[in-house]
Amino acid sequence: MIEVANATKTYGDTIVVRDVSLTIPRRGITSIIGPNGAGKSTLLSMISRLMPMSAGTVTVEGLDVTSTPSDVLAKRLSILRQDNRIASRLTVRDLVEFGRYPYSKGRLTVEDRDHASRAISFLGLELLADRFLDELSGGQRQRAYVAMVLCQDTDYVLFDEPLNNLDMKHAVGMMKLLRQAADALDKTIVLVLHDINFASCYSDYIVAMRDGTIVRHGTPDAIMTSAVIQEVYGMNVEVQEIRGRKISVYYM
Amino acid sequence: MREWKEKQPVQVLLILAAIAVCGMALFMTLNARGRWDFILPFRGMKVLSMVLVGYAIAVSTVLFQTVSHNRILTPSIMGFDSLYILIQTSLIFTIGSAGVAALDPRLLFVFNVAAMVAFSTALYRWLFSGNSRSIHLLVLVGIVFGVLFRSLSGFMQRIIDPNEFVLLQDRLFASFNNVNSDLLAISTATVLAVSIVGLRFINTYDVLSLGRETSISLGIDHSRVVTIVLILVAILVSVSTALVGPITFFGLLVASLAHQITGSHKHRYVLPVAALIAVICLVGGQLVLERVFAFDTALSIVIEFVGGIVFLALLIRGAAR
Repeated sequence: MIEVANATKTYGDTIVVRDVSLTIPRRGITSIIGPNGAGKSTLLSMISRLMPMSAGTVTVEGLDVTSTPSDVLAKRLSILRQDNRIASRLTVRDLVEFGRYPYSKGRLTVEDRDHASRAISFLGLELLADRFLDELSGGQRQRAYVAMVLCQDTDYVLFDEPLNNLDMKHAVGMMKLLRQAADALDKTIVLVLHDINFASCYSDYIVAMRDGTIVRHGTPDAIMTSAVIQEVYGMNVEVQEIRGRKISVYYM
Repeated sequence: MREWKEKQPVQVLLILAAIAVCGMALFMTLNARGRWDFILPFRGMKVLSMVLVGYAIAVSTVLFQTVSHNRILTPSIMGFDSLYILIQTSLIFTIGSAGVAALDPRLLFVFNVAAMVAFSTALYRWLFSGNSRSIHLLVLVGIVFGVLFRSLSGFMQRIIDPNEFVLLQDRLFASFNNVNSDLLAISTATVLAVSIVGLRFINTYDVLSLGRETSISLGIDHSRVVTIVLILVAILVSVSTALVGPITFFGLLVASLAHQITGSHKHRYVLPVAALIAVICLVGGQLVLERVFAFDTALSIVIEFVGGIVFLALLIRGAAR
């Protein structure tokens, strides 16, 4: 369980996240949605200790993220941000093996290599394992990063806009994969998503943010209504049910 | 495929080590006229200082590039070189060259190193204690300080006695011909101590090159490790600068070449490869300087001429990222 209590982030006079309290349940996929500038990524960064909080606390399984040693936390929680620029030239396998750093501190055991191989095959990257990252397409590279995060083998995995720059085929593939990771590998996955229909189809729980606060949270069925979307995005959209899933039609 | 990948860096290391040893042997023995018991210690000291300086520059540049996440930066951009120039200029300006010559060189050395480390640590602490933890801001502030130091030195150099200026200029050109033997022992000890501390993080550097956020996610106390690494870099740069004077370009060249030819991203291999390349360049450059140009030029001119060409070639090939 991730517990956020009164988390606040301010830059000078600007309040980006305002007194947010939230409980993210263990297991399943929780999606954070909301318009640009709602503070979604900031909240995720604070949960994952990438960014210090101005006020408030975050605990993961009872561990306070600001006071727990970083290497202890790295065995419980991992995060993947959207833009990852690497200075050195790495192969996919090199990158994935970095996921074992919290356990091996750079000295890989046979077990660590097994973990890496499993993560690579889980993402279907076997044939690309010895290719360099700069030789891959955007979608393949994204999968390599996800493999690294899964190789870290933490109960909690946070993704900041994992569908960025992916076409519809790869976006659906990625969401199916995350769903599978949550179900088969028993992970708790927290996503920041822009497309509310993906959130609706694949998550167990949706948190809707606007102007630095949580407006609504609940199951996809509770969030995916015209009234809530109007409240969160300020947009009048129609919600239809297609194959048992709530889909909002916001393109026109 | 995998085995080849693991083997290649070791081969590169062995080849470079062989070249370095040959270069040193050549330097020690070529054109040796006179008594061996004079020549060997005399040249040996030069070789030792070149090894120290080469190692310090190579390691500091590679580590600085790793923590700043940029392959075109060198520690000199942080204003280290210009701080050294400022210290030298102020000394000559205030107490005159005779006064400087009367000072104990070891004292001067300790003062130089302490001033540079204090400057860099103050800079990091100030920048890392605030809200913004951006390494780019740090570099930018470093550049601004560099310009400030250079202008202050330039001002003092313009109003100084011309004879004193010539003496000063001589001190500001990197040279292995006037290395003080007293300084070698204290420099060796400092470099060894830094290496022992640095070695503890040898696997951490690889993770740091993935960027701040990924390294935090992998459990590294990023701001602590970066501060330690930057202090180590500051010590190494000040040792090499205090020994021979500023060699700006050299580190960039060595680090780029090392990343190119090592065939591995692991600092375990990149750092020794860079150090060996640096030693080869210095010993080779000094050999050319002494035997071909008969001391008619400065080592930094030889190295920066060749280094500039190699670096341009790298840029054109699109290899230096």
